Amino acid sequence: MNLDLQLIWAGLIAVSVLLYVTLDGFDLGIGILFPFAKSPGERDVMMNTIAPVWDGNETWLVLGGGGLLAAFPLAYSVLMPALYLPILLMLAGLILRGVAFEFRFRARNRGRKFWTQMFSGGSILTAVAQGLVLGGFIQGVTVRDDRFAGGQFDWLTPYTLLVAAGLVAGYALLGGAWLMMKTKDNLHGDAKRWTRISALIVTGLLAAVSVATLLIHPRVAARWGFDLHDGFALELAKLLPLLPIPLLGLIGLGIVFVMSRKGSHRWPFVGAILVFLSGYLGLAVGFAPYIVPYALNFRQAAAPDNALGLMLVGTAAILPLILAYTAWVYWVFRGKIDEEAGYHH
Amino acid sequence: MDLDALLLSRLQFAFTIAFHILFPAFTIGLAAYLAVLEGLWLWTKREAFKVLYLFWVKIFALSFGMGVVSGVVLSYQFGTNWSEFIRLTGGVIGPLLAYEVLTAFFLEASFLGVMLFGWKKVGPKLHFASTVLVAVGTTISAFWILSANSWMQTPQGFQIMADGRFEATDYMQVIFNPSFPTRLAHMLLAAFLTTGLVVGGVSAWRLLKDRAAGVKTEGWSESRISLVMAVGLIAVLAPLQLVVGHASGEVAHKYQPSKTAAIEGYWETRADQPLHLFGIPDRNAQKNHFEVSIPGVGNLIQGVPKDEVIKGLDSWAREDQPPPFIPFFGFRIMVGLGLLMIGLGAWGAVLIWRKKIFDSPLFLRFAVLMGPAGFIAVLAGWMVTEVGRQPWVVYGVLKTRDAVSPVIASQVATSLIAYVLVYSVVFTAGAIFILRLMAEGPVAAVTAPSPRGQRSPGTPLAKAPEDTTPGRPDRVPGDPK
Ligand code: HEM
Repeated sequence: MNLDLQLIWAGLIAVSVLLYVTLDGFDLGIGILFPFAKSPGERDVMMNTIAPVWDGNETWLVLGGGGLLAAFPLAYSVLMPALYLPILLMLAGLILRGVAFEFRFRARNRGRKFWTQMFSGGSILTAVAQGLVLGGFIQGVTVRDDRFAGGQFDWLTPYTLLVAAGLVAGYALLGGAWLMMKTKDNLHGDAKRWTRISALIVTGLLAAVSVATLLIHPRVAARWGFDLHDGFALELAKLLPLLPIPLLGLIGLGIVFVMSRKGSHRWPFVGAILVFLSGYLGLAVGFAPYIVPYALNFRQAAAPDNALGLMLVGTAAILPLILAYTAWVYWVFRGKIDEEAGYHH
Repeated sequence: MDLDALLLSRLQFAFTIAFHILFPAFTIGLAAYLAVLEGLWLWTKREAFKVLYLFWVKIFALSFGMGVVSGVVLSYQFGTNWSEFIRLTGGVIGPLLAYEVLTAFFLEASFLGVMLFGWKKVGPKLHFASTVLVAVGTTISAFWILSANSWMQTPQGFQIMADGRFEATDYMQVIFNPSFPTRLAHMLLAAFLTTGLVVGGVSAWRLLKDRAAGVKTEGWSESRISLVMAVGLIAVLAPLQLVVGHASGEVAHKYQPSKTAAIEGYWETRADQPLHLFGIPDRNAQKNHFEVSIPGVGNLIQGVPKDEVIKGLDSWAREDQPPPFIPFFGFRIMVGLGLLMIGLGAWGAVLIWRKKIFDSPLFLRFAVLMGPAGFIAVLAGWMVTEVGRQPWVVYGVLKTRDAVSPVIASQVATSLIAYVLVYSVVFTAGAIFILRLMAEGPVAAVTAPSPRGQRSPGTPLAKAPEDTTPGRPDRVPGDPK
C-alpha cells in the first residue's frame, strides 16, 4: 500500500487546527465575554463551564504547532520568525489567561480582580494575536532560500487587523453559544443576547473579510472565479462548485438567529460551529496546497517520509484514543452549570 | 546573522526553560505522590490520606498550570527563535516532540480536568484512575523530551543530506541514544527528590510550628505521615541519584569530552588528572585561579585508569570550548546538594528507626532548609548539561550560532522583556499562592472556612467530596461516622 504521507499529514494538521479553533475558540470566547458579565457570581459560573476542559482544548494548539514542526519543519521554520511578534502576543495572552483559572480562585479581593482582568485581557489578546497570525498567513510570507526574508511588521496591515476583529467576534459567538448550552436563568438570557449580537457582528465582519481577501489577493479571487484585475469578470464555472462553502456559513448564522429565538439551548452552538467550518474551508480554498501561502506548498515543506511514517503509526494508534477520552471528559462534565451547583458547602 | 539576536535568543531560551523546568521537576513527582496518596486512601480508608491528597492537589493544580503555559511557550520558541535548528533537524527530532504531545499532553490535560473537578461526577475508582493517568502522562512527557534533549547531546542514527538537512536513518538509535537512559533516570530521580524535599520540608515546618504552639500530637497526624513518607523516599533515592549521576558523568566523559573538561576544570590534556574541588575557571587565561585540588584522584572519579589520558580544554580551539564557569560551578552546587540530600535521608532514616524523628527540632529545621534544594540542584544540573554542550546545539554537528532564526535583535529584545515581565508577575503570584496554601497546612485547608466565607467554585476543594457524600470510600458500610 502506498500512502501519500505528505497529503495525510497536511490533512491531519488542518484538522487539528480546525479542532483547536473551535474548541479553544469557545473557551477564549468566555474570556472575551467576561467584561459583559453582570456579577462576579456570573463570571464564576462562566469560568466553571470551561474549567475542566480548557487545558485539553489548548493542547490542540500544541499539537498544531508540534505537528507543523514535525511534519513540515520547513513551513514551521519560515512561519514562526515571520509571525514573531504576534506569536509572542498570543503566548503572553495564553499564559495570563491560563494561570488565571487557578489564580483567580486563590486570590483575595484585589488579586481576584486583577486575575479576572488578566483572564479576560489574556483571552482577548490571544484572540487578536491569533487573528493577526491568521491574517499574516493568508496575506502571504516573503521567502528566500527556504528562509523567512520579510520585515518584522509584515503581519501588521489593515487586512490583518480586520481578520483579527473577525476572529474575536467569532470566538465571542462560539463562547456565547457555549454558555447558552451550559447555563440557566439570567445568565442564559445574557448569553443569548451576547450570542445574537456577536452573530450580527460576525455576519458583517465575515462579509468584510471575504471581500477584502478577494480584493487584496488576485490569486485567491481567481480561485473563486473572480477576475478583478481590470474591471470585473466572473467565471461561474469556478464559483458554483464553491458556493456551498459560503452557503454553509449562512446556514450556520441562520441557525444561530432562528434557533436562539425559538429558545433552543443547543442549536446555536451547532450553528456557530458551522460558521467557523465555513470560514475555515473558505480560507483553505484560497491557499491550498500552500502551507506557507504563495511560497511553499506542503510537499516542498514536508519532513522526510520516514519521519512522517513513524508519526503516522503513532497517530493512527493514539488519536482515536485521544478523541475517545476527550469525548468522555466532555460527557462527564455534561449538563448545565448554575451558581448553586458551583458551591459545595 | 545577527550576533546580538543570537545572544538575546540564548538568554531568552535559558530564561524561559529555566522557568519551565522548575514546574515539571516538581509536578512529575507530585503527581505520582498524589496517586500514591489516593491509592492509600482508597485502600486503607484512612482520613489522613484524603486530607493530604486534598491539600497537595491544590498545590499541584497551581504548579501544573504554570508548567503547562510555560511549556507552550517553549514549543513555539523553537520556531520563533531557533528556526534554523528546526529547519535542519526537524525531520529527526520533530517526531519525538510530536509523540510527546500525542502520548502525554492530551492524557495529562484531559484527566487533569477530571482529577480537579470530577470528584462528584465520577466514582472513586475512576477518579483514582484519572490521578494515575495524569502521573503516567507526566512521566511519558519526560521520556520524550529527554530523549530529544539527549539526542542533541549525543546524536546518532541520522545522516546529513546534500542541502544540509538532517534525516534519520534509524529512529530507534535516535530515541535510545547513548546519553538517554542515564539522563532519563537522573531526571526522574531529580523530580522525585525535588517533590520529596518539598513535601518533607512543608511537613517538618508544620511539625515545628505545632511544637512551638505547644500542640501535643499523638500518633499519626497528616504531617507526620507525610514527613516519614518523604524522608523514606529521600533516604532511598538520594544515594541512588549519586550512582546514576556518576553514570551520567561517565557517559559525558565518553561522548562529550569537552563538557567533562569544563565540568572538572581541566585545561590540560594529560594522564592522572587531579580533582579540582574549587577554582575559578578563566577562559581568557585558559586556567583556573585559586585552585584547591586533590592530585591523583581525577581519573579515579571519572572511572578510568590512572594512566589514561583525559582531554583538557586545550584539546579544542578556543571557540570550540564550552564556557567553563557555569558547568564548573553548577556541577559543584548540584553534587554538593546531592550529598546533603544523602545526609538528610540517612539522618532521617536513623531517627525514624529510633522513633525520634518528630522530636528532633534540629532535624526538622534541616528538612525545612532543604525544602527548595531540589529546585536549585535541578537548575544547576540543567545548566551544567546545556552550557556544557556549547558551542554546539547538536553536539559536534550543529553550532548554536547556526541554529538561530533570521530575526533581528530588537525583536528578540522585545520578546525577552515581555517574557521577563509576564513571568515575574505569574511567578510571584504563583509563589505567593503556593506558599499561602503551605502555610495554611493540610488540616486547616480542609476544615477552616475560606477567607471569603464561601469556597469559590472551580477550586479543587470546592468539588471535593464531603464526608456526607454517599458512596465515598471513607463511608464504608458499617462505618459509624
Ligand atoms: C549526587 C551526585 C550527582 C552527580 C554525580 C550528578 C551528575 C550529573 C552529571 C554528570 C550531569 C550532566 C549530564 C550530562 O550533561 O549529560 C548531571 C545533570 C543533571 N543533574 Fe545531576 N548529579 C548529582 C546529583 C543531582 C541531584 C541531587 C539533582 C536534583 C535533585 C540533579 C539534577 C540534575 C539535572 C536536572 C541535570 C540535567 C539533566 C540532564 O542530564 O539533561 N543531580 N548530573
